[in-house]
Amino acid sequence: MKKFKYSEITPENIYKNRRKFIKNMGLAAGSMFMGQNLITPASANTNKEELKLTDYRYVTTYNNYYEFGTGKSDPVERSQKFKTNPWDVIIDGEVENPITLSMDEILEMFPSEERVYKLRCVEGWSMIIPWLGFPLNKILNKALPTNKAKFVKFISVLDPEQMIGQRFPILDWPYKEGLRIDEAMHDLTILVTGLYGKKLPNQNGAPLRLMVPWKYGFKSSKAIVNIKLVEKMPTSSWMKASPNEYGFYSNVNPRVDHPRWSQSTERVIGGGIISPRIPTTMFNGYGDEVASLYTGMDLRKYF
Amino acid sequence: MKSIFKPGVFTLCLIPFFIITYKIFLNKLGPEPVKEITHFTGEWTLIFICITLSMNPLKRFTNFTFWIKIRRMLGLFVFFYATLHLLTYVVIDYRLDWNQIIDDVVKKKFIFIGFAAWLLLIPLVLTSSQKMIIALKHNWKKLHKLIYIIAIFGSLHFIWLSKTIYFKPLIYLIIIIFLLILRINFKRIISKTR
Ligand code: HEM
Repeated sequence: MKKFKYSEITPENIYKNRRKFIKNMGLAAGSMFMGQNLITPASANTNKEELKLTDYRYVTTYNNYYEFGTGKSDPVERSQKFKTNPWDVIIDGEVENPITLSMDEILEMFPSEERVYKLRCVEGWSMIIPWLGFPLNKILNKALPTNKAKFVKFISVLDPEQMIGQRFPILDWPYKEGLRIDEAMHDLTILVTGLYGKKLPNQNGAPLRLMVPWKYGFKSSKAIVNIKLVEKMPTSSWMKASPNEYGFYSNVNPRVDHPRWSQSTERVIGGGIISPRIPTTMFNGYGDEVASLYTGMDLRKYF
Repeated sequence: MKSIFKPGVFTLCLIPFFIITYKIFLNKLGPEPVKEITHFTGEWTLIFICITLSMNPLKRFTNFTFWIKIRRMLGLFVFFYATLHLLTYVVIDYRLDWNQIIDDVVKKKFIFIGFAAWLLLIPLVLTSSQKMIIALKHNWKKLHKLIYIIAIFGSLHFIWLSKTIYFKPLIYLIIIIFLLILRINFKRIISKTR
């Protein structure tokens, strides 16, 4: 657990200063910060509201994590005693070198860096969060995927003893998600070990979660125990629950509506009653980096 | 005694309104205040529908006419909260962005049916005066049976907007169906079939 050194000594007011800095940088900020691992949505996000970090308080008390209940405050209230140590993560499937790594080994082998990403929930709200993590491709490459590895399946922990929500058939437990191999290998796709310079809180998916910033939040699995490289497209828990509402890709797309929520706008968490909705951007603002993954695909069909 | 009853009920009916106003002004609505207001006013609309529907059965079981005397006021409170709910959506959430709102009403079935329920409340409000009751005679009773449809629409609206868990919306639907069943005159049905 010694990997957070730099971050642990970063007080929150430094984030505030940095935020001001980002504001001043305006549009250029996105690409400029790439090298420094501060990646804000790159395209067309000059809106000040959008570049403001969401309060730590909201990031850690307003969560969708159905393993602990369906209310937004259930995760923070019910996850505090959740045991994340010891914790092993298995990387197997279509790989030459299947491996099992303990969380300590993961933290040791893959130094976490800071990435400021926007999280856009399918319910129509968003937060901007300074994550700590490392590219997923680093861990995948250690396992040496074979040429049959076309998709990556993420399996979260199954533990109804500790996770009250799993005692009810709300979703197909354990939580399953998936990415296409090129999406998984993309540099923006990270495994998260912390946020706001601190160890990842349980309600945010400790000890290890995914973050794919150009997709709706539910694609970013929490409390991952198994990363499986597979040949066929995996069926995620949400696809199984409601196939016409949740597709495999689930890229943020203002032009493709969810049957219940329009996706053309979003509410910025923490903005209060006065702040208006803001327009949602294609790929959550990361189009410059990821649009090329989908050239020639009908994103209405592959939602 | 009689004279304080109605103002008393009126004040009680305003309590949810005071609670939400208090929360708005003291910023006690959490990270998603607009959604909070929408949910609060929506749920209270449905609760007032249930309360209003309980008045007739209560009269029959208790033999008090008091219940019928406050029924009209309760019905108007359904409209009051439904309108606050609608205004939250139209004014606070979508800032009168009519394109988006019309798009939602047409495309989202839960919004469509909620809007239909609100529209159906209007004729009931317009005919709620004593004068109208006299003018419409027995048609008034027929017209006001619309509240049954509104109640069903309201609970469907709640079911359709829920993501995975239908527990609470189903409870409301069951309460509403129960209140409607109480109105069926079983004696008459039995004597007819004989
Ligand atoms: C008689 C009419 C109506 C009733 C009884 C009603 C009732 C409700 C209830 C019970 C909820 C859920 C509250 C909760 O989750 O705690 C709700 C949510 C909602 N209602 Fe209504 N409603 C009505 C009319 C409308 C109308 C006319 C509109 C808009 C045109 C509307 C838009 C919404 C929206 C946007 C939500 C929140 C959806 C979400 O959270 O995603 N409702 N309503």
